[in-house]
Amino acid sequence: MSLLQQTEAVVRLESISKSYGDLLALDRVSLTVRQGEFVCLLGASGCGKSTLLSLVAGLDGISGGSLDIGGRRVSLMFQEAALFPWLSVRGNVELPLRLAGVSRTERRKRADELLDIVRLRDFGDKRPHELSGGMRQRVALARALAQNADILLMDEPFGALDAMTRDILHDELERIWREQQLTVMFVTHNVREAVRLGDRVILLSSRPGRVIEDYAITHERPRRIDSPEVSGQAAEITDRLRAEVARHGH
Amino acid sequence: MAIKYPSARAGLEGTTAQADVPEAPEKVAAAEVSGLDALELQPHRDRGRLSRRIWRSTWPKVLAIGIVLLIWQIAVWSEWKPIYVLPSPATVFTDLGTVITTGDFWDGVRVTMTRAFTGFLLAVAIGTIIGALVSQFAPLRAAIGSLITGLQTMPSIMWFPLAILLFQLSESAILFVVVLGAAPSVANGLISGIDYVPRTWLRVGQVLGMRGFAKYRHLILPASLPSFISGLKQGWAFSWRSLMAGELLVIVPGALSIGVRMQQARDLSDSSLVISYIIVVLVIGILIDVLFNTADNALRKRWGLVGS
Repeated sequence: MSLLQQTEAVVRLESISKSYGDLLALDRVSLTVRQGEFVCLLGASGCGKSTLLSLVAGLDGISGGSLDIGGRRVSLMFQEAALFPWLSVRGNVELPLRLAGVSRTERRKRADELLDIVRLRDFGDKRPHELSGGMRQRVALARALAQNADILLMDEPFGALDAMTRDILHDELERIWREQQLTVMFVTHNVREAVRLGDRVILLSSRPGRVIEDYAITHERPRRIDSPEVSGQAAEITDRLRAEVARHGH
Repeated sequence: MAIKYPSARAGLEGTTAQADVPEAPEKVAAAEVSGLDALELQPHRDRGRLSRRIWRSTWPKVLAIGIVLLIWQIAVWSEWKPIYVLPSPATVFTDLGTVITTGDFWDGVRVTMTRAFTGFLLAVAIGTIIGALVSQFAPLRAAIGSLITGLQTMPSIMWFPLAILLFQLSESAILFVVVLGAAPSVANGLISGIDYVPRTWLRVGQVLGMRGFAKYRHLILPASLPSFISGLKQGWAFSWRSLMAGELLVIVPGALSIGVRMQQARDLSDSSLVISYIIVVLVIGILIDVLFNTADNALRKRWGLVGS
């Protein structure tokens, strides 16, 4: 952690709240994410973890507190790849570049590089529906990378995939995060996934969402989701999470 | 740190010989990913030879036509109606064969199709503009949204008396009714296409920072295309029906359209010719419908909306 603490803070949430009418989704959440950090947000249903991401992404406004990302660029990935069926795989990856006014040859070159990063170079001319779920999610990742964002927000991106695909995509995401020096905020309700991937795991309470624990995960990378270290720490966090869920059981 | 999974490799290393160099982790990872991709992709299924596929979709149609002709022939044999009122299929098809080899007939088809396409294109232009406006401005939607659907259900023949008063017996009268028949369907197709753009796509659009024109160009319009095509298809059906009604009611001097020719055949009590023109109108309608369906299916296939 000593190394990470020296890097610059890229996301600074100070006591932010978010309510929808009477419903308080997030209650005074404070969180700092540093450059290059992989932060997992973990919580049961109703903890507002997705809300938190859309606030950081600027898709929604905060109700109180302060949110500072220093004008950095943000990209957001969802559980669904949500690729556009009228574009080829490459066309989907090119879209952010097109919107940014990058020239045709330049964006084609860049899109191919990005497809190479997610190991889908040979699939550029395919249509999204011709790919498997895991492949589509990698295209969505390439599209997110094409936005050249400083901060990558991921909202349960592997939630709909089978365990084997998810395992392999963990390795892939970790590699790309390291190579591209990304800052990632990753929402999940899968404790092992959080411990497998994160430098930190932020545990949120439910209704309203509050930060109840901030775990530093220091096991050496690359990790395995079924290693004793990951399992051990995951068990500890799961106990804490269950206690939180039980609190709502009256 | 060349070993990817230290704990998993530890056991192996004790037992394997020195020469057995473990594969580079990057290579292993690449092989795993591409292996998984290969396994998850569906192998291409052969759907049989083209000729077989054509046959499979053709024979039911041929059979259906055969049954209709047979019933018709039986009705003729039973002398349910005098032969000059209900001629036999053979007579009708002979007459039809004679008619369609004349230049006059094709002039008639040209007049009718020119009207159909002009009216339809005008309806598409007007319907698209109205649809775009209604989907954008809530007050406009509240004002005329249900009116558009109401117009769609209105039988177009009801417009002709007014059209004739407004435009006399002219091309404009026909065009007026054709456009009124088709434009609401086109507008509705576009409106529902825009209304039902999936939320996840809209969120992606937001994340990608699409705004204003770019949002329309890159998201809303392509996303609403399937619904818009359905609207066009329905619009065509309405405009074709309106046009046929119009050609029977509004006889513009000098324009010997299909409808006029049919009316003339009726005046001469030439049933065989009347039925011939019915068949012509039916066939044209089917051909255009096939075109729309081809476009629709091509789009669905590209989008992966049908099982391939």
